[in-house]
Amino acid sequence: MKHLLLCASALALTATMSEAKTFVYCSEASPEGFDPAPFTAGGTFDASAHPIYNRLTEFKKGTTEVVPGLATGWDVSEDGTEYTFHLREGVKWHSNEKFTPTRDFNADDVIFSYERQGSADHPWHQYIAGVTYEYYTSMAMPDLIKSIEKIDDYTVKFTLNQPEAPFLANIAMPFASIVSKEYADALDAAGTKEDLNNLPIGTGPFKFVAYQKDAVIRYTKNADYWGEGAIIDDLVFAITPDAAVRLQKLKAGECHLMPYPAPADIETIKADPNLKLDEQAGLNVGYLAYNTTVAPFDNARVRKALNMAINKNAIVDAVFQGAAAPAKNPIPPTMWSYNDSIVDDPYDPEASKKILEEEGVSDLSMKIWAMPVQRPYMPNARRSAELMQEDLSKVGVKVEIVSYEWGEYLQKSMEAGRDGAVMLGWTGDNGDPDNFLSVLLSCDSAGPGGANRAFWCNEDFSKLLKDAKITADPAERTALYEQAQVIFKDQAPWFTIAHSTQYVPMSNKVSGFVMSPLGDFTFETVDIAE
Amino acid sequence: MIRFILSKLLYLIPTFIGITIIAFSFVRILPGDPVLLMAGERGVTPERHAELSAQLGYDQPIVMQYFDFLGRLLQGDMGNSLVTKKPVLDEFLTLFPATVELGLCAIIIATVIGVTVGVFAAIKRGSWFDQISMTLALVGFSMPIFWWGLLLIIFFSGILGWTPVSGRISLLYYFPNVTGFMLIDSLLSGQKGAFASALSHLILPSLVLATIPLAVIARQTRSAMLEVMGEDYVRTARAKGMPQYRVIGIHALRNAMVPVVTTIGLQIGVLMAGAILTETIFSWPGIGKWMIDSISRRDYPVVQSGLLLIAALVMIVNLLVDLTYGLINPRIRVK
Repeated sequence: MKHLLLCASALALTATMSEAKTFVYCSEASPEGFDPAPFTAGGTFDASAHPIYNRLTEFKKGTTEVVPGLATGWDVSEDGTEYTFHLREGVKWHSNEKFTPTRDFNADDVIFSYERQGSADHPWHQYIAGVTYEYYTSMAMPDLIKSIEKIDDYTVKFTLNQPEAPFLANIAMPFASIVSKEYADALDAAGTKEDLNNLPIGTGPFKFVAYQKDAVIRYTKNADYWGEGAIIDDLVFAITPDAAVRLQKLKAGECHLMPYPAPADIETIKADPNLKLDEQAGLNVGYLAYNTTVAPFDNARVRKALNMAINKNAIVDAVFQGAAAPAKNPIPPTMWSYNDSIVDDPYDPEASKKILEEEGVSDLSMKIWAMPVQRPYMPNARRSAELMQEDLSKVGVKVEIVSYEWGEYLQKSMEAGRDGAVMLGWTGDNGDPDNFLSVLLSCDSAGPGGANRAFWCNEDFSKLLKDAKITADPAERTALYEQAQVIFKDQAPWFTIAHSTQYVPMSNKVSGFVMSPLGDFTFETVDIAE
Repeated sequence: MIRFILSKLLYLIPTFIGITIIAFSFVRILPGDPVLLMAGERGVTPERHAELSAQLGYDQPIVMQYFDFLGRLLQGDMGNSLVTKKPVLDEFLTLFPATVELGLCAIIIATVIGVTVGVFAAIKRGSWFDQISMTLALVGFSMPIFWWGLLLIIFFSGILGWTPVSGRISLLYYFPNVTGFMLIDSLLSGQKGAFASALSHLILPSLVLATIPLAVIARQTRSAMLEVMGEDYVRTARAKGMPQYRVIGIHALRNAMVPVVTTIGLQIGVLMAGAILTETIFSWPGIGKWMIDSISRRDYPVVQSGLLLIAALVMIVNLLVDLTYGLINPRIRVK
C-alpha cells in the first residue's frame, strides 16, 4: 500500500514526467471566470488576463513601466486627447475544439473589447445576466473615452474627453485585455455567448485547456505566440486556499511555486534547503486614517501629535516581523515620484504631549478601527491597534479598539461623521501615483462612497493632483506629486504605517520567475530544472 | 408501510417552507452586502451602489424578494451566482459529487470502526480497551477539525511522505469528468495508477471528516449495547447456552442498532458542517468550501439555494433513516 501511495504522490510529478515540462502553481483562490473585464480579483487576473490575453500596452516584467503590447507604438496629439495606436501584425488567436480563427488580431478586436464594456446598448454588454464592468467604470473610462475609431485594420484612434496622463498605464490593466471579435461572433451564432467566459480564446503566451471548478486549471504553451513565448510546456494551477497547506504542498513537491505565505512561516521557508524565497518591496501602503472632519482631529497639529506618539518601528517589528518598510509617504518608495526628502514625524511622546497641551486637548478618548481580516498591506490589524493603544495611553489618550465584520467595516468606515480613526490600506493597480493619491486622498474621493477614509479635502493638494493628471511630461508630473507629498506630511490626514514586503516561496528547481510590483503571478519566463 | 411513508413525506412540506425562509433570511441578516465586498477598499458611490443593487434586484422590499425567490424556485430556477454569474444548480451539481464521495467514505469509516469499537468496549466493559477507546472517543469528539487536519497533513504527508497533501488526484492524471466521483472516473479512464492516486488522496480528508462522527457512534453503540445486554431476553439467550457471538450478533446488536442508526443519520448534518472545514484544508472542490466562500462574499443566490439543497439532502437522509427503523424494528411501523 505504501508503495502505491508513493507512486501516486507528488514525487511522481517530477519523476515520471517525460519530456514535457509541467509547471504547477499552488494558487490561492478560484477564478471568478476567464473573461477579465467583468471581474476584480487579482487571482482571477492571474488565471485569465496574464496567461491567456494581451493588452494594447503592457507592464514590462518586474516593473510598472508601460511598454508596447498588442500595439507596437502610439502617437499622442499635442493636446493629449488623441491616442493613435499602431497594432501588431501577424498576432495569432488561440483555437479550441469549437473555434478555429480565420484571421489574425486586428482593429475590430480592439474596438469590440472596449465598446462591449463602455456602451450599455452593445449586444455583448450583458452577455451574461448580471455582468458589470467594475474596473472599466472605476477607472473612469466611461467619462474619459469619447470615441474609438478604426483608421485601418492595424490602426485605431482613441479620442478622450480630456487629457489623462495615466491613460497608457490604465489600459495595460487586466480589464483592458483584448478579446477576439471573430470568436464572439461565432459564439453568438452558436447561441453560447457565455463561453466567452468559460472557454477563453486569447493571444497570450498560454492557451486555456480546462478548468475543474475549485480544483485545477490547465493551460498549454501557445506555440504561435508573437512574443518570446513560454519555456514550460504545460501550466497547472492547483487551487489551494489555505496558506499552511500550500506550504506543505510546496515542500512535498506537489507544486513549484506558491503565493502569499503566512508571515510566521517565512523563517521556516528560509531554512529549507529545497526551497528559495524571492522578496520585493510591495506596491502598497497600510495606514490609519483620522476623521479630519471631526474635532479635535480636524486640527492638523493634533493629528501630527498623535502620529508622534506612536512607535512605528515597534509595529513593523512586532506585526510585520520586519517584513515591511516604515511608511512616511502615502505612496511606496518603489513608485516613481516618491519624495524621499520628506522627514517622517519623529517618535517623541514628550513632544507629542506638549503639542496636545498647547492645542488644549486633554482627556482625549478615541476609537481605532482594526480590520477583521488579513490583507497584503496588514498582516494583523488587531495587534497593530493594540500597540497604538498602548503608545497613545502614554500621552494621555484613551483608545478603544473596534472591529466589524469585513463587509460592514468597509461600509461603516465610509460613513460621514464616523467615530474614530480607521485602519486600512491600498495595493496599486497600475504603478501610477495618481492611482494612490487621487483615489485615497483627493477632494473628489472624500465624498460619500469614496475611498478617502480621512474625508480629507485640501484644495491645494487636489489641485496639484489635477494638474499632474493632465500633464504629459513625466518630470513635471514628478515635481507636482513631490509637492503633494509635502502637503500630505504637513497636514497628516493619516498615520502612515508601513509598506509590506511581498514574498514568493518556490522550489529550488524553479528559475526565471519575475516578481511583479503589482502582485501579478505570470509564468512565461519560468523554467524548471530536471 | 405506505401510510407510514406518506405521513413522513407530509411532514416535509412545512419543514421545507420553513427552510426557504431561514435560507433566504440567513445571508441577509449578515452585515455588509455583495456590492460593497466587490468594491473592497476602493469604495463605491451611493449612486453606483444603487444602480448595481437595482440590477441585482436587491432594491425591492425584502418580502417581494422572498416571493420572487420562491416563485423562481418553483419553476426550478435557483438563480445565478453573483460572483461567477453561473447558474447555482450547475455549480452545485459540479461540486456535489466530490462532497458525496468524501462524506460516504467518512461515514463508512466512522460506522465500521465506531460500531466495532463500541461493541467491543461494551463486551469488555471496564477493561483497558474500554477505557482507552472511550477516552479517545472523547478526545476525537472535541477535536478542532482545522488543527487536526493540518496535523495529519504535516505528519503523514510532510514527515512520512505516505499520502499526498491535498487535492483529489495527482495532477499527472487528466481525464474527462463522467460521474464526478473520482474513484469511479479514475477506473473508467483506464489510466494506470489513477485509481490508487484517487484513493490515496481520499484517505486523510475522510479520516479527518470521520473523526467526530466516529467518536459519537462509538460511544452511542457502547451505551446502547450495555443497555440491551442487561435485558431479560439476552439473559434468557445466554441461559439457553447460546454461544456468545450469537447472543451479541443476533439478539443484542440488532436491538442496539435502533438508536445507533438514528445517531448515524444525525451525523449526516454533522458531516456537512465538518465538510466546510475539511474541504478548505484539503483543497477539496466540494460544496462545503463553496458555501463558505459564498457566505464571505455575500453571494446571496448561492447561499440561499445552496443551503436549501443541503437542507433538502439532510431531510431526505433523515427520511431514509426513519424508514430504516421500520426495517430494523417492526414495532415502529405499526405505530
